[in-house]
Amino acid sequence: MPVLDRQHMPRQDPEKRRKNFEEVALGYSGEQAKKEASRCIQCKKPACIAGCPVEINIPAFIKCIDEDDMEGAVKELKSMNALPAICGRVCPQESQCEAVCVLGKKGEPVAIGRLERYTADWELGTKPIPEEKPEPTGKRVAVVGSGPASLTTAAELAKLGHSVTIFEALHKAGGVLVYGIPEFRLPKSIVLNEVKYVERLGVSIQYNSVVGKLDTLDELLEEFNAVFLGTGAGLPRFMDIDGENLSGVYSANEFLTRVNLMKAYQFPDYDTPIKRGQRVVVVGGGNVAMDSARCAVRLGAEEVTIIYRRGEEEMPARNEEIENAKEEGIKFKILSNPTRILGDESNWVKHIECLNMELCEPDESGRCRPEPKLGTEHLIDVDVVVIAIGTSPNPLIPMTSKGLKTTKWGTIVADENGITSKNGVFAGGDVVTGSATVISAMGAGKIAAKAINNFLNN
Amino acid sequence: MPFKILEKSQIVPTIHQIIIEAPKIARKARAGQFVILRIDESGERIPLTIADFDGENGTITIIFQEMGKTTKQLSKLQAGDSLLDFVGPLGNPSEIEQVGTVVCVGGGVGVAPIFPIARAHKEAGNRVLTIIGSRNTDLLLWEDKVRDVSDELYITTDDGSKGHHGFVTDILKQLLEGDEQISLVIAIGPPIMMRTVAGVTHPFGVKTMVSLNSIMVDGTGMCGSCRVLVGGETKFACVDGPEFNAHEVDFTLLMNRLMMYRTEEQLAEEKYECDREGCQC
Repeated sequence: MPVLDRQHMPRQDPEKRRKNFEEVALGYSGEQAKKEASRCIQCKKPACIAGCPVEINIPAFIKCIDEDDMEGAVKELKSMNALPAICGRVCPQESQCEAVCVLGKKGEPVAIGRLERYTADWELGTKPIPEEKPEPTGKRVAVVGSGPASLTTAAELAKLGHSVTIFEALHKAGGVLVYGIPEFRLPKSIVLNEVKYVERLGVSIQYNSVVGKLDTLDELLEEFNAVFLGTGAGLPRFMDIDGENLSGVYSANEFLTRVNLMKAYQFPDYDTPIKRGQRVVVVGGGNVAMDSARCAVRLGAEEVTIIYRRGEEEMPARNEEIENAKEEGIKFKILSNPTRILGDESNWVKHIECLNMELCEPDESGRCRPEPKLGTEHLIDVDVVVIAIGTSPNPLIPMTSKGLKTTKWGTIVADENGITSKNGVFAGGDVVTGSATVISAMGAGKIAAKAINNFLNN
Repeated sequence: MPFKILEKSQIVPTIHQIIIEAPKIARKARAGQFVILRIDESGERIPLTIADFDGENGTITIIFQEMGKTTKQLSKLQAGDSLLDFVGPLGNPSEIEQVGTVVCVGGGVGVAPIFPIARAHKEAGNRVLTIIGSRNTDLLLWEDKVRDVSDELYITTDDGSKGHHGFVTDILKQLLEGDEQISLVIAIGPPIMMRTVAGVTHPFGVKTMVSLNSIMVDGTGMCGSCRVLVGGETKFACVDGPEFNAHEVDFTLLMNRLMMYRTEEQLAEEKYECDREGCQC
């Protein structure tokens, strides 16, 4: 049987999408999905399952698509992953399941992510498949935060019959999925639908509840049998250079929160403003930097430049997002590092000074350290700067609880099962690992749910 | 779940008071903390310092001045209406200890948040001298409430329509020059007033705290919008503050950052007025 070429996913034309916040990737048609599904050779020992942090039975759900059993495909997916429409969009499949697909050895791997997305979106277009309600165990679990790690833990525990309450500081659930990842990459309606699914499993969500302030961790432990901390890594890092507090200099978190969560791109129909710069510089090379730059383009900037101190090869962003950014006209200034930011008379950012860098020989860790090339300082005209160089965990909860160990980077100390130093308290996702991916947070959430279940049953 | 407005009153034409049903927040709130609210789905999140809290009745009182679209819209709400979101208590409470004599300075709408701080200092056994000031007598708020929790109350108005003709800092200077040993000054008001207070107390070496009203989005340390420079270090007003040592605060930076969205604020306000009055522009 001939192996077909991998099906391309239709995308919005770059010229058009530069001007809107609608989703860039448009998803497979039914015909395309079937063709792509038929490429899977149904390996006896599938490597892809091990490549997935939440161990979806990938060949099984793809087989269902191939056999026109979409309901079966949904059930198969959801038995392992509560948030398939999200994962199908934002997972780095190229370095996980698809990286180990047998077909990838000679040609292109099966488009597992796109098929996951197709399956999840199929369900959104139909009536949700009803969930079987488990017997209530009478045990209560508090989940702090509502990002990918928390939603996963909550869903898994609810499926086991535990009563789960999520405490969310903001007014919407989803964490980084709603404040960080832009609409054009992950529509908020998709997140909302998956949050609703988690609620249908019996999870209740208390919004506007800042744990550490409204309730402390110790207070939650009086009311609940266990607590899961999935508060993410949301404290913005700055470079500690002159001019970083000038007006017009944003952390990526602020820039993206204004645009995504608060819908500043619809200002003044929405009240939250954002400065629409003409010349925007984004500092950093990860997905968050790409997201910020692509938002700036859509807000009408004439020129958007990504400044990254290493080479393009070293950029941590997904290739797909780097390509998308390039197609949308974003410039890349690699091997360049900001040294200071200068403002005008009203304290608004006007120039950013950069220094060229070069990559030296790899050191013991195997990483090339970028070294500055002296005397190459130069100014770039700019009216908005976005700093996207990473985040660290928020200290609010460790600060207000006794006996919760943290590392010097502010992450919570937890073992491989998410067990922390405090009895009854579990943690997972970015708050433990530092900034990582949605799917790895979900993987950690699943593992922690198992550990919590064991704890509750003993 | 929406948060119900139990009482709404107009203090002066542009300054309003609302009492909100928020039992959990009211039980937790302490002097010096703030809340963030959002009126409706398209609304922005704005921080407001808690003016009073009542744990028994489960209420939070806030006082605000009409400054832009959101505060104007807020002023139109009545008892029985609800706010979509109400988050708190945020920020660190004021440090309240028995230190001797404390001078509380409130300017404009800053009189309201200074009230619970003055009350807490009084309850902690301190002698509380309070100075409140406004542009004119009509804009002076909560005089009686503040008097009740103060050992002495001084009033100033810019136009001399009540109390001392001049600024709160005139009285503050007199008190500092007087015989009484002052251990702590705390000031809340417009940034320019707080900067002047810092300037007046500095030569006397008296510990001085100010509550900074930076622009915020989430209020939990996530966005970094509220960053202020204190003692040469970048701090987040939402989680490191809102109170800081006045002698170390970079007020110029604070004032510049407060101006960041002036154009957008004007646009939003004009649009709001237009929409309300149904004009066709």
